[in-house]
Amino acid sequence: MEKCYLMTAVVLLGLTVRWTVSLNSYSGAGKPPMFGDYEAQRHWQEITINLPIKQWYFNGSDNNLQYWGLDYPPLTAYHSLLCAYVAKFINPDWIALHTSRGYESQAHKLFMRATVLIADLLIYIPAVVLYCSCLKEISTKKKIANALCILLYPGLILIDYGHFQYNSVSLGFALWGVLGVSYDWDLLGSLAFCLAINYKQMELYHSLPFFCFLLGKCFKKGLKGKGLVLLIKLACTVVASFILCWLPFFTEREQTLQVLRRLFPVDRGLFEDKVANIWCTFSVFLKIRDILPHHIQIMISFCFTFLSLLPACIKLTLHPSPKGFKFTLVSCALSFFLFSFQVHEKSILLVSLPVCLVLREIPFMSTWFLLVSTFSMLPLLLKDELLMPSVVTVMAFFIACATSFSIFEKTSEEDLQLKSFSISVRKYFPCFTFLPRIIQHLFLISVITMVLLTLMAVTLDPPQKLPDLFSVLVCFVSCLNFLFFLVYFNIIIMWDSKNGRNQKKIN
Amino acid sequence: MAALGAATGGGSWFSALALGVTLLKCLLIPTYRSTDFEVHRNWLAITHSLPISQWYYEATSEWTLDYPPFFAWFEYALSHVARYFDQEMLNVRNLNYSSSRTLLFQRFSVIFTDTLFVYAVHECCKCIDGKKAGKELTEKPKFILSVLLLWNFGLLIVDHIHFQYNGFLSGLMLLSIARLFQKRHMEGAFLFAVLLHFKHIYLYVAPAYGVYLLRSYCFTANKPDGSIRWNSFSFLRLISLGLIVFLVSALSLGPFLALNQLPQVFSRLFPFKRGLCHAYWAPNFWALYSALDKVLSIIGLELKLLDPSKIPRASMTSGLVQQFQHTVLPSVTPLATLICTLIAILGPEAFSDV
Repeated sequence: MEKCYLMTAVVLLGLTVRWTVSLNSYSGAGKPPMFGDYEAQRHWQEITINLPIKQWYFNGSDNNLQYWGLDYPPLTAYHSLLCAYVAKFINPDWIALHTSRGYESQAHKLFMRATVLIADLLIYIPAVVLYCSCLKEISTKKKIANALCILLYPGLILIDYGHFQYNSVSLGFALWGVLGVSYDWDLLGSLAFCLAINYKQMELYHSLPFFCFLLGKCFKKGLKGKGLVLLIKLACTVVASFILCWLPFFTEREQTLQVLRRLFPVDRGLFEDKVANIWCTFSVFLKIRDILPHHIQIMISFCFTFLSLLPACIKLTLHPSPKGFKFTLVSCALSFFLFSFQVHEKSILLVSLPVCLVLREIPFMSTWFLLVSTFSMLPLLLKDELLMPSVVTVMAFFIACATSFSIFEKTSEEDLQLKSFSISVRKYFPCFTFLPRIIQHLFLISVITMVLLTLMAVTLDPPQKLPDLFSVLVCFVSCLNFLFFLVYFNIIIMWDSKNGRNQKKIN
Repeated sequence: MAALGAATGGGSWFSALALGVTLLKCLLIPTYRSTDFEVHRNWLAITHSLPISQWYYEATSEWTLDYPPFFAWFEYALSHVARYFDQEMLNVRNLNYSSSRTLLFQRFSVIFTDTLFVYAVHECCKCIDGKKAGKELTEKPKFILSVLLLWNFGLLIVDHIHFQYNGFLSGLMLLSIARLFQKRHMEGAFLFAVLLHFKHIYLYVAPAYGVYLLRSYCFTANKPDGSIRWNSFSFLRLISLGLIVFLVSALSLGPFLALNQLPQVFSRLFPFKRGLCHAYWAPNFWALYSALDKVLSIIGLELKLLDPSKIPRASMTSGLVQQFQHTVLPSVTPLATLICTLIAILGPEAFSDV
């Protein structure tokens, strides 16, 4: 019973923080003619309620795709339609065709923020609560502390309730997918994940681990018996959910193709704006965007991405386990983020969600990663005038993690899950005992660099010749951190063996 | 790393609570703020730009200084920091000036002065011992008290949304209570005297303080059964208490006494011209009284017992601050309210053992 009260208190605290962050400015506030993501969402409500479905993804006199054309899958469109119906009930001016462009008012802001809160409350937060309640082998207090830390993760709060997006819907569905698949409710889990993909196509970053894990489960059950049955059921579920979501767009081939063209704009370059991935960082030294032809860029990006995630995925297929699944989600999403095509800085949230899920296994490293992930979005947050809520939520998150998990005491080899790795290395280099200390020093350097860069970006003006200096520096530092984490997570996955589990039993 | 671990580890729940609520207060910076925000900006301007002789006479803005002199000195001290945020807010003529820097400064001043409140809560917690405490943190009386005080939502709403400095003042009061608990009566009395000269509304609890100090401090010994021993009265202690109150009051009101401004100060502090009920009714007896009067006057009009021409329309409920005469029930004078208050306070005491 007490657990219910404490969990309710934690959820209410999370909601309070979210709502107070939403008091601040949003993306593109007061910046005509294009405004920002807030206006994009409002525009999609306008389009979906005023135009027939066939025109949603097409360029037309009523639907100018250059002005925030729909570029998310159909579920986002349906969600916008639902919100538009409510908006029409409250004030039709908000979604009137053409005349409501750039509409901004306090009442409208309240409405939009409320839609984010409701979506969050219905999808993401219950998933988090259920996930933490179902954790095994830890006390009630630790479960609730875990829920608190996940709900206080600054990145998601700042992007959804500050910048303005609906990431909590797709991440929430993905989390339901993880829950379902981890606890052997495979069909429901895959259905939830299909809904996630159909809400935002970036969820495809998570699709490989899901695929490998489920395939591994089928193999384990034996492809000649139950395994095959499961495989067929899963395939049917996936196909059925896709058909259900895309039904209005399957009527004509042209419709389907146009939607796909909007979802995957391969004509756009390797990266846009400043993002903390390899290609943007590399272009500081060598302008590959200009040197290499387009199709070569795509191929290189493809190769690097798949080479970096292949080991983890193969291991997951051969040895499917919920723990391995979560870590593979992290490494896969991180590989995609670092090496893939057209990555936006907000895509780091796709990596942050699985890292939140492994908070209790490696609290120190997860907290560190989540801090870096928020820092990597600093240029975006500064542009949206979200400095104060960013600093406050980051501090709150850090304090919550530090007090809940005692992260600074958990930096031994065992706590960092590097024991097997260190033992293997010590076979060749017996003096390799300094790994925890190196990691602690790296953490301090990383945090100091992040704090310094934040201070510099806020107080100083960049030099005339290098107007993007601070953004590039932020991306560079974040990218280095992310590469380190990619290596670290891959080490954990590859060296996580039955030996590790036996070791614990002996101790 | 280990030192950081020790700092963030066990026994630091109080710091976590205090830091957590402080961060929440920072998140509340951009919320709604009431006219009290302009009130305090105006007082910053008055105390900074004008000489002391003008403080209680200045009336450019409708929000005149109506707190005792220590609060005015407090605003004066704040204004010297405000200078570095935005010089313009200290101009008396800049009515309703609220640049982003002004907002930031004012909000941070409330958050910063709440440090006294946090310290006072810490002292109060020291006075509680949890003999019946369970092992669970959430069952410890210290933890419960800290949460109830530090995360008090009424205080958060009034101080950090509506905008006032009650946290700082409540901190003073809690600290004086804590000192009384710790048997440091002189300090407790001193702190309370200081508090009275910050915000005179704490006169509400002055009788309780007075009686408690009289009984526990001036009477130095008890009979074996705990009741009062009349012959243990210590004049010295009574005089020292009186001296403390006198000295603090002298420090506060002295300058205005010298300037012959005491009547003006008192008329600002006790504005009886504002009427029985405030613009927004406090849920007290007089609200019920006025409501009853309103209901009776409506019934009287319906039954044609009252003359419509003699009744002013909707004046008590119009939200204006003014003196008012009741229509059916007898009007209430300030003296009548004082007598009613005293009867309410002393009545139960008369029936209980001293």
